[in-house]
Amino acid sequence: MSFRRVLAVFAGILPASLVAVIVFLAVYSWPAVRFNGVGFVTSSTWNLGNTYGSPILRDGVQVLPGAHYGILFLVAGTLLSTLLALVIAVPVGVGAAIFLAEAVPGQLRLWLSFLVELLAAVPSVVFGLWGYAVLIPLLGHTIFPIMQRLLGFVPFLGGPTGSGYGLLTAGIVLSLMIVPLIAATLRDAILAEPMVVRESAAALGATKFETVWKVVLPGVRKILIGVTILATGRALGETMAVLMVSGNALNYLPPNIYSPISTMAAFIVSQLDSALQDPTGLAVRSLAEVALMLSVISVGVNTLARLVLYRAGLKDARV
Amino acid sequence: MSGAALTGEEAPFPQREAARLGRMRRRRMQSLLGWGLCALGFGLLAFAMGWILLLVLLRGISALTPKVFLEVTQGTGGGLLNAIEGTLLIGAGSMLLAVPLGVAAGMYAAQFKHSWFASAIRFMADVLVGVPSIVLGYFGYITMVEGLGWQFSLAAACITIAILCLPYICRTTELALSQVPAAMQEAAFALGAGEGRVAWRIALPVAMPGILTGVLLAFAISVGETAPLIYTAGWSSYLWNGQLVRSPVGYLTYAIWAFINEPFASANALAYAAALLVTLIVLLISIAARLVLLRRQGAR
Repeated sequence: MSFRRVLAVFAGILPASLVAVIVFLAVYSWPAVRFNGVGFVTSSTWNLGNTYGSPILRDGVQVLPGAHYGILFLVAGTLLSTLLALVIAVPVGVGAAIFLAEAVPGQLRLWLSFLVELLAAVPSVVFGLWGYAVLIPLLGHTIFPIMQRLLGFVPFLGGPTGSGYGLLTAGIVLSLMIVPLIAATLRDAILAEPMVVRESAAALGATKFETVWKVVLPGVRKILIGVTILATGRALGETMAVLMVSGNALNYLPPNIYSPISTMAAFIVSQLDSALQDPTGLAVRSLAEVALMLSVISVGVNTLARLVLYRAGLKDARV
Repeated sequence: MSGAALTGEEAPFPQREAARLGRMRRRRMQSLLGWGLCALGFGLLAFAMGWILLLVLLRGISALTPKVFLEVTQGTGGGLLNAIEGTLLIGAGSMLLAVPLGVAAGMYAAQFKHSWFASAIRFMADVLVGVPSIVLGYFGYITMVEGLGWQFSLAAACITIAILCLPYICRTTELALSQVPAAMQEAAFALGAGEGRVAWRIALPVAMPGILTGVLLAFAISVGETAPLIYTAGWSSYLWNGQLVRSPVGYLTYAIWAFINEPFASANALAYAAALLVTLIVLLISIAARLVLLRRQGAR
């Protein structure tokens, strides 16, 4: 065999493993997909049924009496926490990128940029530890009550503030985890914008900030959109940090921004032990359905993000 | 707007002049405010980074006793020797699998960059990076832990983490190889070297520092991962018994997650010690990789 053929065989393992992940999850969760139907995403009840009862046959699947699997509350928790994270991370990331690219001179820029990149290297579980040990007491005891008193009239900002575990805490921690990606990618894009654009704006009498804000930033908007979608994918699938700060709510939709939630990714970890109690195995297969949904969503989101970034000329986006 | 500015200079229209100055002042204030907000954005990031580091360093150092390195975990106390060993084993094992496959994928994508398969590899790698690690963990669970009956084991953990690391190694390898001067490779081709010889003997040695940087970063990722390991490695308070399957392994990130929730001070101390070790390993590798990169850029 030629060198190219041999290399292709080894190289093919990477694409093959992505395909294998999705195919195996789909095949394994198929009985659950059939049993749960559309109700899986439209109802908010995750109930293994009576684990002491004897399994009955329903829709051609062995199930425990009373079993019902609905993950609307997980979908809501995942989407809302991701949305909050983006609302915080995009402005902060854009600001930090502009600051690093335009306000700081060469050598210092290198070191400050490095600081941002180090934040991206901090493991998820360490973010969770910080959220658990620092953020939750601070938010739960001090900041949430103040927010509720001052902003309680705004929908979703009133009501009981809870203990600090919840939607907003998860959103804040998630935003810190995705902001380095946005800041670093955008900083590179801003630095790569041609100097002549800035000079033209300056010649027209724009201040330096006006140049950056009204001329340079619109020039990199495609990259900003692409990297924001990329960051959305990260936030959707983030597991450990969310698991440690979200409060792991079960079977209800969050009534306000302080309420405990759970996300699809965190739920897969927190529910395995309990799912194994189901002798029919349907609970484990339903968890696989959650994983399948999560992987399909993340493949979709990442495909979209890459298409936007490739279009914007960013072939080697940071991984 | 420009009309006002012109007339302001040519003729004495005090009102227009005042309006022009006011507009200038407002624009300057807006710019100042803009810079302030940007600095605030960066300040928030730096502040959070500092806070996280401070927490891990302060609590971690006070929890770091010789016992942590010398003893295995006993209930909620003892040391972390089992977890340190497990983390290194999982890291080494997954690199053993991921480096040859990832470098092969990256080499294909770089050396045959115009073929459809190279585009497919590049695209699939970019998508695989975005697949949540917990999904890979669940995949490992249903295929290896359950399907093949390996139970929680080193083999299942290493294969799962290897899949996770593949795209990183692939993309950094591709990037490093694509920076090898084309003239160098063309010269080798002209001397009669085949594709294989050029890739192995010319391109690979030149790109080696870049590839090694990518491998180091992938190793750092394997040290910091938690979610996929909960599903594949399980947890063990004992040292590794040499079994690849049917024997769970401990790892540092599990100690962080599980022991911080325990109501015992000894367990919490272990969690902070583990967090310090994990953070130090990951950050030191990142800094080293960055310095290598900087030196290469500086040399050019």
